[in-house]
Amino acid sequence: MRIALILIIILSFQYSWGQVTISGRITNEDKKPVKGASISLKDTYDGATSDSLGYYKFTTSEKGKQVFIVSCLGYENYTDTILIQEQSIEKNATIHREATRMEAVVITVGTFEAGDKNKSAELSTMDVVTTANANADITSAIKTLPGSQQVGEKDGLFVRGGTGKETKIFIDGTLVNNFYYTSEPGQATRGRFNPFLFTGTIFSSGGYSALYGQAMSSVLLLESIDLPEGTSADLGISYLGFNGGIQKLAKNKKSSWGLSYGYTNLQLANKVIKPKSDYFKTPNIHELNGNFRIKTGRGMIKYYLYLSSSKLGFRNPDIDSAGLKNAFSLTNFNMYHNLSWKQKLGKGWKMQLGGSYSTNRDKIGGQLLDEHNQDIVATGNPLYDYKTFHLNNKGYYANGRWVLEKNLGGLSALRFGNEYNYTNDLMEYTAYDGQKSDIRIKENLLASYAESDIYLMPKLALRAGVRAEHSQLLSLWNAAPRLSLAYQFKDRGQVSMAYGKFYQTPDMQYLPSPDKLHFENATHYILQYQKIANKRILRAEAFYKKYEDLIKSTGNYGQLTAINNKGFGDAKGIEIFWRDKKSINNIDYWVSYSYLDTKRNFLNYPDAIQPPFSARHTASVVLRTFILPAKLQINASYTFASGRPYYDIYYNESDQLYKIRRQGLTKNYNDFSISFNYLPSLGKKNPKSFSVLVLSVTNVPGFKNIYSYDFSADGKRMIPVLPSSKRFLYLGYFISFGIDRTQEAIDSHL
Amino acid sequence: MKQIFLGCIALLTVTMAFSQSGRYITAMKKNIAMLDSVMIKNNFEEIANNFTRIGDAEKDKWLPYYYAAYVMALKATVEKDASKKDALADQATASLKKSEEILKQDNSEIEVIKSMIATAHMTVDPQSRYMMYGQIISESLKKAETLDSTNPRPVLIQAQNLFYTPEAFGGGKDAAKPLFDKAADLFAKFKPASDIAPQWGKDDLDYFMNMYRGS
Repeated sequence: MRIALILIIILSFQYSWGQVTISGRITNEDKKPVKGASISLKDTYDGATSDSLGYYKFTTSEKGKQVFIVSCLGYENYTDTILIQEQSIEKNATIHREATRMEAVVITVGTFEAGDKNKSAELSTMDVVTTANANADITSAIKTLPGSQQVGEKDGLFVRGGTGKETKIFIDGTLVNNFYYTSEPGQATRGRFNPFLFTGTIFSSGGYSALYGQAMSSVLLLESIDLPEGTSADLGISYLGFNGGIQKLAKNKKSSWGLSYGYTNLQLANKVIKPKSDYFKTPNIHELNGNFRIKTGRGMIKYYLYLSSSKLGFRNPDIDSAGLKNAFSLTNFNMYHNLSWKQKLGKGWKMQLGGSYSTNRDKIGGQLLDEHNQDIVATGNPLYDYKTFHLNNKGYYANGRWVLEKNLGGLSALRFGNEYNYTNDLMEYTAYDGQKSDIRIKENLLASYAESDIYLMPKLALRAGVRAEHSQLLSLWNAAPRLSLAYQFKDRGQVSMAYGKFYQTPDMQYLPSPDKLHFENATHYILQYQKIANKRILRAEAFYKKYEDLIKSTGNYGQLTAINNKGFGDAKGIEIFWRDKKSINNIDYWVSYSYLDTKRNFLNYPDAIQPPFSARHTASVVLRTFILPAKLQINASYTFASGRPYYDIYYNESDQLYKIRRQGLTKNYNDFSISFNYLPSLGKKNPKSFSVLVLSVTNVPGFKNIYSYDFSADGKRMIPVLPSSKRFLYLGYFISFGIDRTQEAIDSHL
Repeated sequence: MKQIFLGCIALLTVTMAFSQSGRYITAMKKNIAMLDSVMIKNNFEEIANNFTRIGDAEKDKWLPYYYAAYVMALKATVEKDASKKDALADQATASLKKSEEILKQDNSEIEVIKSMIATAHMTVDPQSRYMMYGQIISESLKKAETLDSTNPRPVLIQAQNLFYTPEAFGGGKDAAKPLFDKAADLFAKFKPASDIAPQWGKDDLDYFMNMYRGS
């Protein structure tokens, strides 16, 4: 009996002795209740979860000093010591929002991101590849985004009133000097690099980071892919040529290598698309790509090699005469190496090393022909004679950079480093009469940069940076401040601002100069509103850009030489981007619109005029849909640009001034393109291969677009500069062995 | 009296010792039982928090964190607001990592949760994310099956994935049937390693099997 009594006492001691209730309320810094927070006593099971009003309640048999912890997704942990005695305890806690990448504001001003890694990217890699009018050319796809002009007669991205030379392209952090195939007169060429090489693309239309420079308008940053998913072999055949390659992933999945070869020949295509020029040498290109990638613990080393050799030749009517023709021939050899190493070093440090080396050789020939395509040797008129020439261009380029990044806690970070850029361009010119002149221009550019991301609050971020450069060619220093600020509203909409100064060495094609030159520069001011929610993106940007110290030039017959930095200009505009994957079932589309008001006085412009590479209104609609039962993806795009100005600028000998003889506005530019991707192996069980059939047609309705006009030397004739062909048609079949991509395709449409 | 005293000491020791492992088992069982109604009650956080507290206190048990990861992965899957899915899935991953660190070896059940987490990430934006997550989903399910061919859960998840795959891609109700049958077979034979070892999925299977019976 006594034993039983004692037992009861002991047991009740154990179970009821000091069951203490702890209750309270969890709120955040805005005094709003927090639901779902976990409240616990350290190293015990005791605790509770807060309800929708933030209240919680639990009992515990723990005694004495205990550690009281509140944890909740998106908030910093809260810890306090409490003393538990006999009576119940009321314990309230205020918890603070944590700066996580998901919740925090991201500085997006001026930039568009296409990528598969970053969850806030506006576009994906596939979007770039499947934009209908782009024919898998990266920069053509970028041209459907706001800020970029529809310039088809010259290479490059013409951004916010800038020339194509004001946009620089970087692969894995290092500058690419010959991103495009060597340009042909009156015709933009494609980028050399296959879009499938890249997992991320960042297009900045202004206000970009201090890590990059020498681009007054824009940078395009490409990040190459990491290790492939598996070992595979690819084959592609189209009526433009064929390509084949292998990609081998090591068994331990820590390294890989790949090699591919492609051959392009436009013989067949020229019969179908009927180019404007008369080809006597069909364009053909041999290309070799190689790569290896090695995982280094928490880092990756990547190497990429590109080799190409190409030839082409065509004739066009001569503008200065009736009946005569000009022949243009081009032989190009290009080699590009890129080696990069990204590594996390621990303690919040990250390192990025990169180097690239490239050489480019062009042999360009110009020849004046009679109506029977026979060479005309000498006419005694220099206007005609100088149309016959040989030009050997040899370029050697090296670029190296390092960046160290230190995490300053939360999302704040500091980055700094150096960049070195070497260019050595040799132009060997031989005139019709055998007279030779060589021009060699070397530049050593050294840059230092430092930049910091500072999160003043999770909703308020500041990026401040500075870049200093020294040019050996100009023997000058510059220092460029960059600043951006972003604030996020409660509804996840955000407003950002950017300011920055951007310097650029005068373009080599106008050098050497008889006079001392300095850097050209542009100052950007950008204001942006962006909201991403529910598979919809809205962004609007307004900008003002001021150009100073642009080069002015002298010279004639299209051969201009820089003489001073007295040029200037400005650009202002509004841009809107809307992307919607949700409203229309199974249709994903984006719309972009750019308004641009720009004037500049540079090169031989007699005055500040709207440059011929700028249209006031530019708009694109890009649409894609997938018809599951048909295994067919359909992509369409429509692009519009209002007419661009054209000028006949000539040198008036008597006044010794450049003057405009004739000017006007081209008609509006319109393009409607469509492409189909048919994936026959979708849905097959365990297919050994995956294939895609691609058909794309640009300018389906056959709009008669005119990019600009060329003028004869005497100003009496004008010839429209037309697209290389009215329509472009592409038909190709690609097959990949080894990797089963069916699952990917299925998953993508769950 | 001395005997009584000794007896009491012994009893105390026993009850305390029992309460050490007993209270773990009891607490786990209680929370595992709550899993059945989690979809209805929508109390994912509460249950995940309960498991996390047990895990934090025990430090050497992998199951509490495993269950916490499972519940968060479920929440990430059923969450309708796509913008919240990633954070929930990341939270599940954090728990699963702790579980793996304690277990220190590959485990079939953990791979199953990995596939669920990847599915949640992918459904945020399938078109652009399949490259990355589609691969993880199929690899972790394959690995789960290899590690334990008697585990019905990887088969069940595969069956469900296939069920919701459009027919044009080889999915659909009919295509998924053999896998559900296989999962049913495995469930019939399956014996969990302990009362608190993973054994979920039978209800889900019954739900799908009923749909086949219905037609």
